[in-house]
Amino acid sequence: MTTNQIAVTGLRKSFGDHVVLDGIDLRVPEGTVFSLLGANGAGKTTTVRILSTLLAADAGEVRVAGHDLAREPDAVRAAIGVTGQFSAVDKLLTGAENLRLMADLHHLPRAEGRQRVAGLLERFGLTEAAGKPASTYSGGMLRRLDLAMTLVGDPRVIFLDEPTTGLDPRSRRDMWQIVRDLVAGGVTIFLTTQYLEEADELADRIAVLDRGRVVAEGTPDELKRRIPGGHVRLRFADPQALDAAVRVLDRATRDTDALALRVPGDGSLRSLRALIGRLDDRGVEVDELSVHTPDLDDVFLALTDRKVTTS
Amino acid sequence: MSTAALTFHPLRDSVTMLRRNLKRMLRYPSMTVMLVGMPVVFLLLFVYVLGGTLGAGLASGGGRAEYANYVAPAIILMTVAATVQGTAISIAMDMTEGIVARFRTMHIARVSVLTGHVLGSMIQAAISLAVVIGVALLVGFRPTAGPAGWLGAVGLLAAVTFALVWLAVALGQVSESVETASNLPMPLILLPFLGSGFVPTDSMPAGLRWFAEYQPFTPIIESLRGLLMAEPIGSDGWVALGWCAAVALGGYLWSRRLFNRESR
Repeated sequence: MTTNQIAVTGLRKSFGDHVVLDGIDLRVPEGTVFSLLGANGAGKTTTVRILSTLLAADAGEVRVAGHDLAREPDAVRAAIGVTGQFSAVDKLLTGAENLRLMADLHHLPRAEGRQRVAGLLERFGLTEAAGKPASTYSGGMLRRLDLAMTLVGDPRVIFLDEPTTGLDPRSRRDMWQIVRDLVAGGVTIFLTTQYLEEADELADRIAVLDRGRVVAEGTPDELKRRIPGGHVRLRFADPQALDAAVRVLDRATRDTDALALRVPGDGSLRSLRALIGRLDDRGVEVDELSVHTPDLDDVFLALTDRKVTTS
Repeated sequence: MSTAALTFHPLRDSVTMLRRNLKRMLRYPSMTVMLVGMPVVFLLLFVYVLGGTLGAGLASGGGRAEYANYVAPAIILMTVAATVQGTAISIAMDMTEGIVARFRTMHIARVSVLTGHVLGSMIQAAISLAVVIGVALLVGFRPTAGPAGWLGAVGLLAAVTFALVWLAVALGQVSESVETASNLPMPLILLPFLGSGFVPTDSMPAGLRWFAEYQPFTPIIESLRGLLMAEPIGSDGWVALGWCAAVALGGYLWSRRLFNRESR
């Protein structure tokens, strides 16, 4: 039987009248990657801040690494590592000094600390830049240093809050590989992201967070089965054509301002031909047609009642 | 999880944080230079530009040399006030960066984040004071204190610095930005002017004189002046230490509360 490194039940948090987390439940088994997927403002960062002891919850029960978050925050802190969305490095210090600071705060013996710092610099490709102030680092280097600092204490549970937001594709791939290596070493990872692709690449389980609620949870494959294969976007020359098309297509979402329709579909050639056939039969003139692969909007469209109102 | 991992090491963590702050001071020397420069400029202004005239107004009726002795203690206190302005700025810089959020999620003695700054500022104040007292001696400050008087003066300065640093740690945290943090401690630099720092209080109009005689900087300046010039200080010494204790305790409790409040 595997144990849960993170167990959350009925977690709630509001800032004033604004409800950020509206009762969420999560289970993360040891040695797995769990991804919390959601748009900006869905409550991802708030969840990480609560689970990492930075913020107190209004209600709910949380256990991290076997300790009750409210009663034993220090035991939780001793077991976790956090790398946030905004870099948590001292920019006036060099990369090596930042890592040594962490080694000192973890009370590592001098020789062991030095060894671990050198090892992490090597592993994260920072050996050459080790003596330069962190203020001169690129975004990708800062993120790697940040994560390396988190690893100095050998945490059993790691929180990564949008670890690749703002990174170029190459740095993003590097970061993914680092996460895979960590999991191979038995670490449990709680990852937030707004990229479906990232969750798909890394996560054993995904929870979709929308307006403070978990609207779906499962393995990437389970979730994908629940998400239709994207959508077709139709644009029309005038409102009359748009109205005519709406009468023909019952599952479409309309965007009157852009004179466009969004038609969910599985992306297959057959369904596309059927769609075109129906429009053709009724003589509806389509100005432009484009096929879109599944994205977060499709996830939300499929998993919530929310209609996509923007173009 | 072994229980050994759950013990705290406030002393060791404070030394680690102190080392971090000293490194930051070395990397960002312009602030230190500016903070020492200000009192030195004021010293030169008051001794060479205003000293001749102000010295004539002293009870003893001296000139520039006499005034140098009168104003030096005020400038020395101003040095402490300038140093703690730097403390507030460093704290605010820390709070706006992510590194403090990282410290908060780590199993460390939390207070060490603040004590590291306090110790660093004490060291910085000692260096600044040595420089400013050195310049004061060069421009004609002639203290007559014996070893006991100097010891007392150093002790008093340490107490004042400790108190004002804790106050500045709170001010730095309460500031939303680095700019606010550099402005909030301004009154500390101005208060010596509204006391017996630069001219005797009996030359002031009634209302101002009342304020000047009771505000905390006046007994501190009087004590320091007495200790350095080997004159009796009466009850001023105890009043000064009382103010220091009150400000230090208030600043510490306020700082601790601010640090433990949760950020959004």
